[in-house]
Amino acid sequence: MSDLRELYQDVILEHSKAPRNYRELATANHRAEGYNPLCGDHFTVYLDLDGDSIRDISFQGSGCAISKASASLMTQSVKGKTRAEAARLFDQFHKLVTGQSPANGNRAELGKLAVFSGVSEFPVRVKCATLAWHTLNASLERKQGTVSTE
Amino acid sequence: MNTVANQLPREFRPPRVQTVFDVGKVRRDFPILAQRVRGKKLVYLDNAATSQKPQVVIDAISRYYEEGNANIHRGVHYLSERATEEHEAARKTVQNFINAEYAHEIIFVRGATEGINLVAQTYGRANVKAGDEVLITAMEHHSNIVPWQILCEEKGARLRVAPINDRGELLLDEFERLLNPRTRIVGVTHVSNALGTINPISRIVEMAHRHNIPVLVDGAQAVPHAKVDVQALDVDFYVFSGHKVFAPTGIGVLYGKTALLEAMPPYQGGGDMISSVTFEKTSYNKLPYKFEAGTPNVAGAIGLGTAIEYLNGLGIDNVAAYEHEVLGYSTEAISKIPGIRLIGTASQKAGVLSFVLEGVHPHDIGTILDQEGIAIRTGHHCAQPIMQRFGIPATARASFGLYNTKEEADALVAGIQKVREVFA
Repeated sequence: MSDLRELYQDVILEHSKAPRNYRELATANHRAEGYNPLCGDHFTVYLDLDGDSIRDISFQGSGCAISKASASLMTQSVKGKTRAEAARLFDQFHKLVTGQSPANGNRAELGKLAVFSGVSEFPVRVKCATLAWHTLNASLERKQGTVSTE
Repeated sequence: MNTVANQLPREFRPPRVQTVFDVGKVRRDFPILAQRVRGKKLVYLDNAATSQKPQVVIDAISRYYEEGNANIHRGVHYLSERATEEHEAARKTVQNFINAEYAHEIIFVRGATEGINLVAQTYGRANVKAGDEVLITAMEHHSNIVPWQILCEEKGARLRVAPINDRGELLLDEFERLLNPRTRIVGVTHVSNALGTINPISRIVEMAHRHNIPVLVDGAQAVPHAKVDVQALDVDFYVFSGHKVFAPTGIGVLYGKTALLEAMPPYQGGGDMISSVTFEKTSYNKLPYKFEAGTPNVAGAIGLGTAIEYLNGLGIDNVAAYEHEVLGYSTEAISKIPGIRLIGTASQKAGVLSFVLEGVHPHDIGTILDQEGIAIRTGHHCAQPIMQRFGIPATARASFGLYNTKEEADALVAGIQKVREVFA
């Protein structure tokens, strides 16, 4: 049960039930879709990019608690950040959930995203935690089509 | 069980009488079930994905490699002769198991998927033309959808799909209406892997045969749970996978009626499927070898034969009766959990309990149950059109086998209660 509590921390459960920035973004000038064919998780990330910085971001879609909470917390974390800052954050986040524990200083940089540290004990759930981030990445890189975890 | 009676030669044993199914004894036949996972007793409820193997099957495979391994059908030496005999004996065992008229109607393949592809690529390519139709149902596994799609695309034919109702039952009237002079073949599952629905195969075959349309039945989820008689059902093709019926992976069966198999072009070319080869002309071997190019999975076939003998020893009717009881018990217990919605509530079901839980994604259910040592499957179960039909992205699926118990159903219910606690 302790591993489970590590995975399903209160913040994650709360965000999965009441995701933030969960809407279509009228001002979006970028969007991308992410899809995990293994479990059917499907998200659309909307971006309002002002030059190099993320002026606004939102998402919609369906998925498990981990993927939905991750998308929700991601939108909060990257709003107002530059592309480079968002990319760096994803890198830190990826290291966190895959158990390549970032240095303590960097962990502080992750802020609330640190609640996903329990994912590293559940390797099959890494894709859930990173789906929204991969989708954001695609949107920033203006890739066309749907991003897939497979 | 009378142990003295069991030691008697087969022909002297008293006729089998209906006995109480001793699940505790059966469980001891499956060594993998005794282990603990994640510190908990393993509760294996993923039998629709693959079954576990009894010790006799594991031993038969080991013995083959320790004592009997050789290539078959062309050796003059002792081991080759013996391996050939065992391989062909397994074919006979399969023949009797599904009551095929002839042993040569049993084609060994890798599994149900390959069996369907074989029929689509041989019978299908020879008989389906532009404007023709292939009819399947809305509850098929991807393996009984995609091979027909590939065929239809190549030929400019049309794939038609008979609908199901909200309980997950085939709408027979709709099915019958879709049969027409352009229909070349029907593909239908015997038991749905995602819903557990048992289809009325006899009636389906009767309808199709009135239009002279052959029927292929995907029996992958049926043979572990019920006595299948291909002659009584009058099916034209029947496929199943060994690994779902306590045999190893990589071995499966295509049954076809002799006349159809004779008329079909070969599937793969190579050794064993020929009777003579020159660079100008090759003549093909007789059935079943025409469809078995290359060195086959001899150990797999022997494992399958042994698994069927094991099942026969338990008595498939006893197994079916016991499983029916456990599934009924589980269905009732799980239905009482608040927020549970069963997906697939057909009046005739076997083996499968698919469900969703309000406010919790199936993937999260799977992870939490796994921490309790309970193995279920979550996702679309290779049946995405069914998920679309029910308007859900995925389900959690507990699928039962002959070694599962009511206590395990209780553990599943307790596990789901834990899921509700985590997400409360």
